[in-house]
Amino acid sequence: MTEEQEAIRRETRRVLKRFGKQRENLVPILQQVQAQLGYIPSEAMVEVAQSLKIPEMDVYSVVTFYNQFRLNPPGKHSIRVCLGTACHMKGGYIVLDAWKRRLAIDRGETTPDREFDLDTVACVGCCTMAPVTVVDDEPEGKTSPTRVDGILLSYQLEKDKEGKGAK
Amino acid sequence: MKIRGVPVTDSTFESIRSQALDRVQELYDGTKPVIMVGTATCGRAAGALEVLRAIRDELAKDHLDARVFEVGCIGHCYAEPFVIISKPGHPAMAYGYVTPEIAKRLVKDYVIGEDISLEFSLGALEENDLIPSIYDLPRFAYEKHIILENCGHIDPEDIDHYIAKGGYEALAKALKMQPQQILEEIKQSGLRGRGGAGYPTWQKWEICGNSRSRPKYVICNADEGDPGAFMDRAILESDPHSVIEGMVIAAYAVGARHGYIYVRAEYPLAVHRAKIALRQARRLGLLGRSILGSDFNFDIKLFQGSGAFVCGEETALIASLEGKQGLPQHRPPFPAVSGLNGKPTLIDNVKTLAYVPRIIKNGASSFSSTGTKESKGTAVFALAGKVVNTGLTEVPMGTTLRQIIFDVGGGIPNGKRFKAVQIGGPSGGCLPESALDLPIDFDSLREVGAMMGSGGMVVLDEDDCMVEVARYFLEFTQRESCGKCTMCRLGTKQMLEILDDITKGRGRMEDIDTLYEMAEDIKAGSLCGLGRTAPNPVLTTLRYFRDEYDAHIKERRCPALMCHDLIAYYILPEKCERSCDACVGTCTVEAISSNKKGIKVIDQEKCVKCNTCREACPPQYNAVIRLSPPELVLAAKGKK
Repeated sequence: MTEEQEAIRRETRRVLKRFGKQRENLVPILQQVQAQLGYIPSEAMVEVAQSLKIPEMDVYSVVTFYNQFRLNPPGKHSIRVCLGTACHMKGGYIVLDAWKRRLAIDRGETTPDREFDLDTVACVGCCTMAPVTVVDDEPEGKTSPTRVDGILLSYQLEKDKEGKGAK
Repeated sequence: MKIRGVPVTDSTFESIRSQALDRVQELYDGTKPVIMVGTATCGRAAGALEVLRAIRDELAKDHLDARVFEVGCIGHCYAEPFVIISKPGHPAMAYGYVTPEIAKRLVKDYVIGEDISLEFSLGALEENDLIPSIYDLPRFAYEKHIILENCGHIDPEDIDHYIAKGGYEALAKALKMQPQQILEEIKQSGLRGRGGAGYPTWQKWEICGNSRSRPKYVICNADEGDPGAFMDRAILESDPHSVIEGMVIAAYAVGARHGYIYVRAEYPLAVHRAKIALRQARRLGLLGRSILGSDFNFDIKLFQGSGAFVCGEETALIASLEGKQGLPQHRPPFPAVSGLNGKPTLIDNVKTLAYVPRIIKNGASSFSSTGTKESKGTAVFALAGKVVNTGLTEVPMGTTLRQIIFDVGGGIPNGKRFKAVQIGGPSGGCLPESALDLPIDFDSLREVGAMMGSGGMVVLDEDDCMVEVARYFLEFTQRESCGKCTMCRLGTKQMLEILDDITKGRGRMEDIDTLYEMAEDIKAGSLCGLGRTAPNPVLTTLRYFRDEYDAHIKERRCPALMCHDLIAYYILPEKCERSCDACVGTCTVEAISSNKKGIKVIDQEKCVKCNTCREACPPQYNAVIRLSPPELVLAAKGKK
């Protein structure tokens, strides 16, 4: 077992300690695992299955059923483009296109440098600010293709500053 | 029947209430200004937290002692961020569109100084002789707030605010009643489930209450997955205790000991505030063991859904609570008979439960006096899309669509023409102008092919393509179909492919018949509401906007100029100002250049149709237009 796998198992066991062994805790456990690790690696699923004494297959089927769970590690910043009705009608699909173009990835993917991951969300409920993009859990109202560039630029500037600070 | 619950000693609740009243009255004792900032999710998206910070900083700079707290959503989301300032000796004032800069000015000019800053104000929040009240706005003639009453006026993270407004009085009253009396009160009120289907609430309660099986559960369904709906989120973020109180009363009426609030994980703030509310209610003995000193025990756990639309369906929700995939089950047996862990389970929507304390406190007639014959009370709608006053509104059942969209919502922005209103999300339908005078309730909407759903209302104008709207909803239901029923899993995919083809200009006339046929099959062959209502958006658009389908298929033209594959952007040479570079500078893919005469030209190969140039072109020129079908660009160039 590699060191990374060992770390994943350790972290998963730590989460499992906080819950009972009943099947009904499966979803909350997985949510906590994802909160800790950013995604749900297969080692974590095995660990959870053993702890709840259910087939690994059952854990996998639940993980893949719900949109919230990811199977691959996220980027440093998460970009969620809202595609609710109001956002769609106000050009959410154009905003999604803009993110795809700028990050050069498709929805559900992470940039090669692991800086950003891009996904869509059904509706975050702030339809009045449409079109919305949720950037690192902060809803950003009235995003447009130019705003997309603006957001990316601000991250770039921050990174440059950090780089300089490190020197 | 068995008598449950020793009569509550009035003193238990009285002492809780008087403490809350003392604390809240101290807030408004007239010595210090009170500033409230609306920080529900919609406010935050507009920058309410920065405004809050600016206010706190500015007050700290001047060492001014004022009381600043966060409130929920008042419903006027179009004017977010929203700030309310109550200064001793002045009426409470509402300010909209507040930026951190405006917030600082408000503190300087009004809180410290005496300038009421009318230019930023939306009006006063109470009647007075000096300043026009916000309630004089025409929309308030149509609105009637029952469950939105407290939203935006109380601190949702402080239980005392809710109690001071009369909260938990209904619970204290209910615990002194027999469960049968509560049921009778709900029956008399005529309350129907606000989750969408409109099932009489008392019937569910009665079935669950009569069951001898133990334990029983009460679940609050806050899995508001409809894209375009945000009523449940706003209520949980703004007035969570009203839902909790409703749940405790329901649990007492049916004899349940365990409860769950099932909230979407996409609503982190609602989760956060509901958790705080549960903790505070437990601390005061309004939840947990021997509630208010009676022998009634009931506690609530919060469960976060994991982003599956189908889990809004009650049997799927239960499966997900049990740690399984959220697949719906056949009904009957209904959850009220056999639900969570096979035990009787009462599932009600957030809004339904929020009505309960009001009905118990003010009596059934206070509720049933509003509304239509079959649909009593009010309806809460989330207005979004192409409407001026986006936000939440609560109107009596029977209000017409025209009143909601034009009088409450303020009509269509930018002088555009109304085209349709989409009601009820993916299960609902698009209604045209001819349906605007329809008094809406559960039954009238079903007759015209839509449905109340949970109350999302998206207004569409002349720029919105109805084929694309139908395609959008079908894409959503197709993706969210859990895959259990073949017709829903494969049928929606088939329909989606056809609609995709039509919006890309590859449709054929016979496709329309196939769409009708498939719609009927999917409705007949699906187990749960998701599949049974999935074809509704397609059917209603076909019924009311058939001409748009025809234009897409026969002429490869999108009349609303929306479908990407059927339009092209073009700069009118005679309108282009030449010396202005707005479009060139903003083009996100550098597809625009100047020709020898300085006229801007779009490289159609490079253009990604992002609309940025059209927005950037100054309104006095308006040189960027869209053409459909795209071949018109060549024709236009030829003419030149």
